[in-house]
Amino acid sequence: MSNPGRPVWLGKPKPVAVALKALALVLISAVVIFPFLVVVSTSLATKKQIDANGGYVLWPTQISFEAYHQIFNGTQVARSIVISVGVTVVGTAFSLFCTVLAAYGLSRRGSLFQRGLLSFVLLTLLFGPGMIPVYLMVKQLGMLDSYWSLIIPGAVSAFNIVIVRGFIQGIPKELFDAARIDGAGEWRILRSIVLPLSKAVIAVVGLFLAVGYWNNYFSPLLYLNDTQKWPLQLVMRTFVLQNNVTSTAHAIPGYVAPPAQSVQMALVAIATLPILCVYPFLTKHMSKGMLTGAVKG
Amino acid sequence: MALKQALPRVTAEGSESQITPQKMPFLARLWRDAPLLVMVAPAAIVLLLFTYIPLLGSVVAWMDYVPFLGFTGSDWVGWDNFTALFSDQAFWSAVWNTLQITFLQLLLFFPVPILLAVLLNTVAVPMAKNFVQSVIYLPHFLSWVIIIALFQQVLGGAGVVNRFLITHGLTPFEVMSNPDTFKLLLTTQAIWKDAGWGTIIFLAAIAAIDPGLYESATMDGAGAWRRFWHITLPGMRPIIVLLLILRLGDSLTVGFEQILLQRDAVGPGSAEVLDTFVYYNGVVDGSWGTATAAGLIKGVVSLFLVLAANKIAHRFGEEGVYKR
Repeated sequence: MSNPGRPVWLGKPKPVAVALKALALVLISAVVIFPFLVVVSTSLATKKQIDANGGYVLWPTQISFEAYHQIFNGTQVARSIVISVGVTVVGTAFSLFCTVLAAYGLSRRGSLFQRGLLSFVLLTLLFGPGMIPVYLMVKQLGMLDSYWSLIIPGAVSAFNIVIVRGFIQGIPKELFDAARIDGAGEWRILRSIVLPLSKAVIAVVGLFLAVGYWNNYFSPLLYLNDTQKWPLQLVMRTFVLQNNVTSTAHAIPGYVAPPAQSVQMALVAIATLPILCVYPFLTKHMSKGMLTGAVKG
Repeated sequence: MALKQALPRVTAEGSESQITPQKMPFLARLWRDAPLLVMVAPAAIVLLLFTYIPLLGSVVAWMDYVPFLGFTGSDWVGWDNFTALFSDQAFWSAVWNTLQITFLQLLLFFPVPILLAVLLNTVAVPMAKNFVQSVIYLPHFLSWVIIIALFQQVLGGAGVVNRFLITHGLTPFEVMSNPDTFKLLLTTQAIWKDAGWGTIIFLAAIAAIDPGLYESATMDGAGAWRRFWHITLPGMRPIIVLLLILRLGDSLTVGFEQILLQRDAVGPGSAEVLDTFVYYNGVVDGSWGTATAAGLIKGVVSLFLVLAANKIAHRFGEEGVYKR
């Protein structure tokens, strides 16, 4: 048994150790995968099987897409999905716009006010205002019950700016000098040199931002009183969690009976799906890219 | 991590600009760098509006703030909000709950990613390692709403485990709404969600250790345990200390979204933490002044905790989050 991961000097592993290790890994993976299996199975099972089983199904005997039909035909959930997608797309675009511009604007040492502005950005890593003052600010600006309240207040993070800025500073200086000699202005340099060369880091930061916007449930809870405007996470909280837990649930207009177990699970599956879609890209870039660099740096 | 990278650089830049003095007149520099300033503007405006001005807005802590009257119309009340807060039993209960949860997580959560990373590092089959990594990173990217829904489905009153117990004639146990075990439940959920993700940084630290050390140690007769104790662990120490400091600095911040979602199920007695206290007092009950005061106290104490934790790290000869 020779493989690249195991150096020769270590000798042969003991079979007992290998077996124990394999068992541990299988158990760990199972603990993570099992709940997803329950959710997907239950969402695809028929009502009869769920009732017979008492609320969950491990393996549907008969596949039924009834729950998904019901979700996409109902107004409340379907609308919340559209809202979530919209907020995620616009939010990510806006955040990236601010982040990349600021990262480049702060990347040249010795430019006017660069040190001051950089400190202005970095200080926000050390302390932030509490929840209430930000809420009052959003209210003051008349952004309550507007989708912008989900996007703008958290759009700029110093952490993201630092990551993109670090990447831009790694681009060889000669490229910038050459462009400048050829008469390119800052905007031209940004478009023709910085953006094409930092596609990878922009993609990763963008994916993380998108996941954040998609998963956000507290901002809408805080800023949106109008339940018609609620995004998916908040609707899911009402349908799935407060159904089972206790009910200080806000009454949702047009919401009659508690949805069947399968519908709840279908909701969870739908909310998970976009994450699963971008997941391969996230792990690929993340584990070898940004964090490793940060540790060694 | 960003802090560690960025802050030393700020000081480094100062010395650099002294080497190449700027002889250009101010207006010429302004003309040259105007596009850069325009680029920084959107981010700077967002930070100004939603970080710096709200920081000033913390003066609400010294006001009897009435939304209808606004900042200018509301009365100043001196330290009344703070004294009211300090004599409020619920506030101290929130502080106590917060500290308990932090302590539990330091004890039970913090070591898990380290051990997982060590375990993963010994897996020599790349396929198996990659598979397990992809699986255990995943929950990090799911929202708390989904995580709690999953826990509900498995451990809840009508969940898989309890159904299994009931059909086999055993007594079911209710963990999702039991105030006594709530803090353990929170920690379990946090481990399930983030322990896998947490291994990344430790795996990177282990990967940076010189393999020659292991080889010579083995030649000298060190077994697996001694290699772990004398090579792996010391190699990971700086990053462990760094993360411990960051966690200690964040002592007063414990899974706000996670707790908010489940507070109703177990009641505020065991689930109220500082952040939920601020939310319920301010946004829900409208005691803006006291809620802001509580948030402000949390912010100031947290800042001091980070600084103090760094001092201690420097004492022990570690780098900490920023350099001296």
